[in-house]
Amino acid sequence: MRNGNSYSMDFEKPLRELERQIKEIELFAKEKEIDMSEEIARLQAKEEALKKKIYSELTRWQKVQIARHPKRPTFLEFVEMIFTGFLELHGDRLFRDDPAMIGGLAYLDEIPVTVVGQQKGRDTKENIYRNFGMPHPEGYRKALRLMKQAAKFGRPIISLIDVVGAYPGIEAEERGQGEAVARSIMEMAALEPPIIAVLTGEGGSGGALGIGVGDRILMLEHAYYSVISPEGCASILWKNATAAPQAVEALRVTAKDLLELQVIDEIIPEPLGGAHHDPEKTAQAIKEALIRYLTPLLEYPAGRLLAERYEKYRKIGFFEEIEQPEGNI
Amino acid sequence: MLKDLFKPKPKYVTIKRPEERGIQPGQPEKKELPDGLWVKCNNCRQIIYHKDLEGNLKVCPKCNYHFRLRARERIAYLFDADSVQESNPGLISKNPLGFPEYEEKIEKARKKTGLNEGVVTGVAKVQNIPCVFSVMDFGFMGGSMGSVVGEKISRAFEYAAKHNLPVVSVTAGGGGARMQEGIISLMQMAKTCQALNRLHEKKIFYLSILTDPTMGGVFASFASLGDIVIAEPGALIGFAGPRVIEQTIRQTLPAGFQRSEFLLEHGIIDMIVERKNLRETVARLLRFHQTEEVSREEVSADA
Ligand SMILES: [Zn+2]
Repeated sequence: MRNGNSYSMDFEKPLRELERQIKEIELFAKEKEIDMSEEIARLQAKEEALKKKIYSELTRWQKVQIARHPKRPTFLEFVEMIFTGFLELHGDRLFRDDPAMIGGLAYLDEIPVTVVGQQKGRDTKENIYRNFGMPHPEGYRKALRLMKQAAKFGRPIISLIDVVGAYPGIEAEERGQGEAVARSIMEMAALEPPIIAVLTGEGGSGGALGIGVGDRILMLEHAYYSVISPEGCASILWKNATAAPQAVEALRVTAKDLLELQVIDEIIPEPLGGAHHDPEKTAQAIKEALIRYLTPLLEYPAGRLLAERYEKYRKIGFFEEIEQPEGNI
Repeated sequence: MLKDLFKPKPKYVTIKRPEERGIQPGQPEKKELPDGLWVKCNNCRQIIYHKDLEGNLKVCPKCNYHFRLRARERIAYLFDADSVQESNPGLISKNPLGFPEYEEKIEKARKKTGLNEGVVTGVAKVQNIPCVFSVMDFGFMGGSMGSVVGEKISRAFEYAAKHNLPVVSVTAGGGGARMQEGIISLMQMAKTCQALNRLHEKKIFYLSILTDPTMGGVFASFASLGDIVIAEPGALIGFAGPRVIEQTIRQTLPAGFQRSEFLLEHGIIDMIVERKNLRETVARLLRFHQTEEVSREEVSADA
């Protein structure tokens, strides 16, 4: 079991308090052998109402906390629930196998696909092995190798993104982290099969985009996607990493924000309180969306998919054009 | 709505040589290179006579430290006199997220640099060989890439693909993607990178020159992807910022980490070229990749 119980989210404290009260009364009633079911039912109704209220009014920062929840389903758990017959393939053929990035073959219903994604650890030991899900260059090179293999055999590509960022370390720089991410972005843009990317948790900047170029970009309700880590932005603007809640307000990082900015295509709803409350239900919602989006894309005539993918990114940008008087430069 | 703003046909404005605009080619930016008779070298701390520095392409005559250049200076040093035509100079940023103080920062950068945005693009010649160019200006919000920078670079790549012209890109983007435009900036990485595929399809030469500093989202996109990648000596180049790495690994970074020489040693760039040799090297590479088609191509304002 993961050490998720110690992960506390302040905004859930009133709920935890209510849950504690209910348990106490239940215990008391059992001990004293008195019927307190009316009181318990009243508190449970209160709990339900409070849940709905809290989870429908989540701030951006609270969503980031849910996206980072240690019990949030990781790549392998989602793969297990969404696909069948997953077969992991290893290595970038250049340096080593990066455990922070996973790729392999699977069936989405009857459709053979290639799946890639970052893998966070489910406990401290695994997190160390997985480098907290932060890939090195060889991770991006492995993912790209497998995606190019998919292209060779005309298999659609599904990318499940959950990464705080590509690893910032000495060896990562020595082996060309920038180039690895850049090349993956460029080549994904030109891969022939349909590509669907789903942001399932954290969408940490270039580390997310490195496997995130696609025909359709979907996002779980409480996932976030940002150009810079909330803490990094806070350190720059507020000179203090603890200003991360203000930073995410300014950066607009939630699924709702990204849908409004037309960077993503759809928000996949999560169970009340977040994916960790019902991983299976979340996975089924992802699977349904994947099939719904992939099916029509499979019918696209050659050329149309790549042309539309190009246009999708080509039009992202906000600017205006002013008359520039000649010589005034 | 966005589509309406996109004008595929670039407009050109002739850039006057700095001399013609009544300023010296190397007119210094106060903060980065104090104006006056004398300048202190950032590296060797020696006092240099200002004119000596200007006469030496802003390279310290004593220790070979390469001072940062403004985009206009770079253009003046690199391209043939009177060959430079700028494209899309009038593209200006909006504030898509309503990010605090973004407009003010842009306004300050415009005043400081005399540019509307952090990159100058267009067509020019190097020793009479035509090319499309893109030169970033670190003085404009740290050479960061927002919508306008991404758009201008994408248009430049597309123009080069359409007209069979090689591309010379000079980057100096310290912060990478521009934080103030959030996710829109991140997407400029995809936008610029995908345009490179068009150059690849048409077998067009793309030369990327990395100057101090080229980091983050600029390095992790088009800057890394040159057919040939050159760096100036001593430039800071990398994916993650040195401070972020230090905080992550809780170690002091070794001397020379993420400098051009480190990148060359680790196989990430093709070569280091000193500023005094850069023009000659660029011309040599352009000439080497010149095809008949390219040499026949007329580069004109209405192309
Ligand atoms: Zn010096």
